[in-house]
Amino acid sequence: MKITREDVLRVAELANLELTEAELSTYGAQLESILSYCEKLNELDTANVEPLAQVLEARAPAEAAPQHLREDASRDAGIIGEVVRRAPEGVAAQPAYFRVPKVIDR
Amino acid sequence: MSAAPTPPAGSAGWTIASIRHALESRKISARELTREFFTRIERENPRLNAFLALSPERAFAQADALDAKITGTEPLPPLAGVPTALKDVLNTRGTETTAGSRILKGYFPPYDATAIDRLDRAGAIFLGKTNCDEFAMGSSNENSAYGPVHNPVDLDRVPGGSSGGSAAAVAAGLAVVALGTDTGGSIRQPGALCGVPAMMPTYGRVSRYGLIAFASSLDRIGPFARTVEDVARVMEVIAGRDPLDATSADHPVPSYSAGLDVPVKGMRLGIPAEYFAEGLDPAVRQKVEAAIARLKELGCVTTPVAMPHTAYAIPVYYLVATAEASSNLARFDGVRYGLRVPGATLSEMYRKTRGAGFGAEVKRRIMLGTYALSAGYYDAYYLKAQKVRTLIKSDFDRAFQQVDLIVTPTSPVPAFKLGERTADPLAMYLADIYTVTGSLAGVTGISVPCGKVSGTLPVGLQIIGPHFEEGRVLRLAHAFESAGGFEM
Repeated sequence: MKITREDVLRVAELANLELTEAELSTYGAQLESILSYCEKLNELDTANVEPLAQVLEARAPAEAAPQHLREDASRDAGIIGEVVRRAPEGVAAQPAYFRVPKVIDR
Repeated sequence: MSAAPTPPAGSAGWTIASIRHALESRKISARELTREFFTRIERENPRLNAFLALSPERAFAQADALDAKITGTEPLPPLAGVPTALKDVLNTRGTETTAGSRILKGYFPPYDATAIDRLDRAGAIFLGKTNCDEFAMGSSNENSAYGPVHNPVDLDRVPGGSSGGSAAAVAAGLAVVALGTDTGGSIRQPGALCGVPAMMPTYGRVSRYGLIAFASSLDRIGPFARTVEDVARVMEVIAGRDPLDATSADHPVPSYSAGLDVPVKGMRLGIPAEYFAEGLDPAVRQKVEAAIARLKELGCVTTPVAMPHTAYAIPVYYLVATAEASSNLARFDGVRYGLRVPGATLSEMYRKTRGAGFGAEVKRRIMLGTYALSAGYYDAYYLKAQKVRTLIKSDFDRAFQQVDLIVTPTSPVPAFKLGERTADPLAMYLADIYTVTGSLAGVTGISVPCGKVSGTLPVGLQIIGPHFEEGRVLRLAHAFESAGGFEM
């Protein structure tokens, strides 16, 4: 598995990470080595194996999540004032909001 | 080594039961006990770096409320007056919570995680927040943005990770119990390296509401304590269904502490050869084998069990955990909490904030996870890993048809030197080789001390049980601890 500089830049773009030149080259080499190690998984034939996302789904229906799905109703936790006060640029207006740079360009 | 602090006799002696007795008989007040622990933290923490933030205001308020309730007639709550340390990935109302990261510096959560709320209601006293690898990503605590924790048994060595601060705080007598989190070994491995019992509950056993998520299909919250009995007493408080966490299981919570003394004679223990293969330190192997011999003396029956997919667990874990982390950590973008680095556009603000706020290992894992999920690679890496995860889980399912519990080393090596493994991420990942399997299978496990190597370095015995069999795991751990016969 060869990881090019372009691969690293593409992944950093997807992940919204600004990387330094030094990071670009170390991460390239390290991802290559870790992914090569991960190719060990190809030793196993998994053609007839179902993927496992998490263990709860494999449990008895009584313990499975769906019956716990609650009504999608909002409730006031009473903490909005505290949240905006601690935010980098929170504005305690009615309703409260967070100020961000303009988004029209992208 | 000579510089290592020795836990004062008083601190090492406190347990949940002895604190309750001392409070009830008015030998000490909760306030005096709390003061005693803060004094010790002030003295020892500069060397250990186990605590990142202290919460004396809340602790003394909790202590005073409890002292007012000690009338001699009403029963005290189950964790009355117990000095408790909380890993910094757990949201605590009004106490700075950074997850060991620069990106959350100055974040004061407006609410308590459910596990913390339950401890609060049970009468525990919150001393403060413990150091950890950034966002719980690491096996040595060296990935904390606030400096590494030093192992109390040898200050030149790591305490393990990622819950290194919680393990070190309990081992050094700076707290009686602590909460940590375990995604690939982050409770059990530092428990082993610091020499204290440490439990990873079954997936879904303890609510994760208020936990800063790392890998949601793996993350657990669990306790450290000086004794297995105290681990059991914390477990019975924090376990159980929580409407605020849809992944918490609706499964009855037994009294773990009441079941500890049920005899273990006749218990069937599986010993997987795959956990005693190349890479296991010979001195660690010897201690673990001696521990297994001790369990046989207690009447347990050992059987070899085959767990043929063990060697694939590290690549599966690092693909699954990083993929989930890349998604979970998207929320740290400078908008709502923590650090913001200004940018001309929203996108530039995100990139600069995340570039400056995350440390090297967190960025590496976000990159790896993003790559594994990205178009063209999803099937080859992430989906493949999820399929092999099924095979790893079926190793456990098959083994538990033959045996009651599985016994292995917790870590292939004792505490290593600070800086020894930081240059090679892959070498560090291999430190988790015996713990990631149980994480992927969703089962429960504990690490209990089983002696020391090189005179000072603790070794941990890992006992793994099927889903929701914490009681069985604790029972064997307690029988082993009570039997003694190994150097503590």
